[in-house]
Amino acid sequence: MFAFVVRRITQAIVVMLVIGLLGFSIKQKIGDPVRDIVGISVSVAEREALRDKLGLNDPFLVQYVRFIKNAVHGDLGMSFFFKKPTLEVILSKAPATLELVFASSLIIILLSVPLGIYTAIRPRSLPSRIIMGGSIVGVSIPVFLTAIILIYIFAVELHWLPSYGRGATVNIGGWESGLLSLDGLRHLLLPSIALSSIMLPLFIRLIRSEMMETLETEYVKFAWAKGLSRRRVWFLHAFKNTLLPVITVGGVQLGILIAYTILTETVFQWQGMGFMFLEAVERSDTSLLVAYIIVVGALFVVVNTIVDIIYGLVNPTVRITGRK
Amino acid sequence: MKQWKRFKESYFLYSFKHDRVAITSFVVLLILILISIFAPLIAPYNTYDTSSIDIMDAEIPPSWMEEGNPDFILGTDIQGRDLLSTMLFGMRLSVMIGCGAVFLQAIIGIFIGLISGYMGGRVDSFLMRIADVQLSFSTLMVAIMISAIFQVAFGVGRYEELAVPLLVLIIGLAEWPQYARTVRASVLGEKNKEYVEAARVIGLSSRRIRWRHILPNTMSPVLVISTIQVANAVMSEAALSFLGLGMPVTKPSLGSLINSGFEYIFSGSWWITLFPGILLVVFVLVINLLGDWLRDVLNPKLYKG
Repeated sequence: MFAFVVRRITQAIVVMLVIGLLGFSIKQKIGDPVRDIVGISVSVAEREALRDKLGLNDPFLVQYVRFIKNAVHGDLGMSFFFKKPTLEVILSKAPATLELVFASSLIIILLSVPLGIYTAIRPRSLPSRIIMGGSIVGVSIPVFLTAIILIYIFAVELHWLPSYGRGATVNIGGWESGLLSLDGLRHLLLPSIALSSIMLPLFIRLIRSEMMETLETEYVKFAWAKGLSRRRVWFLHAFKNTLLPVITVGGVQLGILIAYTILTETVFQWQGMGFMFLEAVERSDTSLLVAYIIVVGALFVVVNTIVDIIYGLVNPTVRITGRK
Repeated sequence: MKQWKRFKESYFLYSFKHDRVAITSFVVLLILILISIFAPLIAPYNTYDTSSIDIMDAEIPPSWMEEGNPDFILGTDIQGRDLLSTMLFGMRLSVMIGCGAVFLQAIIGIFIGLISGYMGGRVDSFLMRIADVQLSFSTLMVAIMISAIFQVAFGVGRYEELAVPLLVLIIGLAEWPQYARTVRASVLGEKNKEYVEAARVIGLSSRRIRWRHILPNTMSPVLVISTIQVANAVMSEAALSFLGLGMPVTKPSLGSLINSGFEYIFSGSWWITLFPGILLVVFVLVINLLGDWLRDVLNPKLYKG
């Protein structure tokens, strides 16, 4: 087990180094830190002097190692637009995105578990067919379209809910939270529904197929033969064993939600990391763009590594096949 | 002729004829593809011809509404272009980019999948690790990142000029792991069968065995994922265009059309967003339905996960 954990973590570090290398080469090729600092009204000779002083004429590898060293210390460069360290900018935007992802995950879990179980134990009933049909329609509607339709219905036509921004936030120890005020929750409702719309069908299908597979196994048949109550077989015997694949696939999928936050945040002008990222692209703010790639990359790598390790803990076959 | 007869008696055609959903989706898909191929002939206006556009015609609602103009059946967009024509040209672009991207990712994916599955060992674990890592970042994220980098590197103007080939490249690069994993999984199943051994015994080169003997036998899972991949590619293209990282408004795809309409939804111009949106959803939906049906019929052992 120990070797397995070490191997996974080593792999995560290698992936992070590669992401760092990508980010660094982007910065090298596109961004010009001298321009970021001095603007255009400075002579060529002075620029060269500055380049030397900043170590920009050093060999690529030396600069890369320096970049990684700084990154480990939390220094990912200065944002050209905000005139602040990029990490600070990103961290100030992170709560908005994380709360959005959290609210959507909650919606997804609360809806997909009961619906998935129901469609698995009554596959031929009318509601199941409607749910399954609805799920394939749901996969085919892009997130941004769902978001726009929600805005049109609930904000433009009905005036029930606000259409953009985060509303009132409460500051708890530097974390700007919209979860604690009624206004914040009202603002959160539409974006989180829109964001969950893309993953909900996938989760329902996943839980359904895993549950149906489990219901076919011998031990479930044995439980039926023992004459246990239906509830007991369904929820205690069958559902418990579908949880394992659902948690592992689900963990990764919830990480993928971060990608979709870019879309939802754009539609709702939600002041999170995704919105900031697109603004950075528009402003050609290379440092901020690279910092975002590295932070989000790190987030993905951490989530995946944790999911892998948990999976290895509960399912020993993974560790063994991994060893070869 | 013989092949045609075999096709006519096959289970494939039989199950197709007895599945109403499959027939309907196939017909709708065929119509949509024909429409997009012949868009320049069908569309009432040529929306790329700037001389035919009058800004005074902007934001006219669909013809059945009060202020509608019978000249513009589905109304006009913010620049005064006929919405129906713009949608047809937009779908043409979306389909073109989607198919191009799937073609590219199929080439990359099949190549890597074949090598990885046939060679095994270190090459295999290295290539599959790359695929796993890239997949764990989600194809959408990778596509957004690559296009953002391209846009900053090329500058917005140049990027918009090259948008079509760049989008094909971006989506192709973002989604090849799906193919690589599928092909690899079926190569692993095939490579120990007798016919491969026989080919090896008569002394064929390993490249020939790979491409002429194993590859044709891995085609049914590739076919299944190809349908769904086209839908995915069209969705990715729409998402990128919606974010302003894809087709420009002057040459809109369905995604950028939805984006340009979104700003005007607050003033009540819902049609600019809704009609392209419906077209996009119908297109993706019929492909997904067909893909589901195809998966049930061919029932290949797809890579689970």
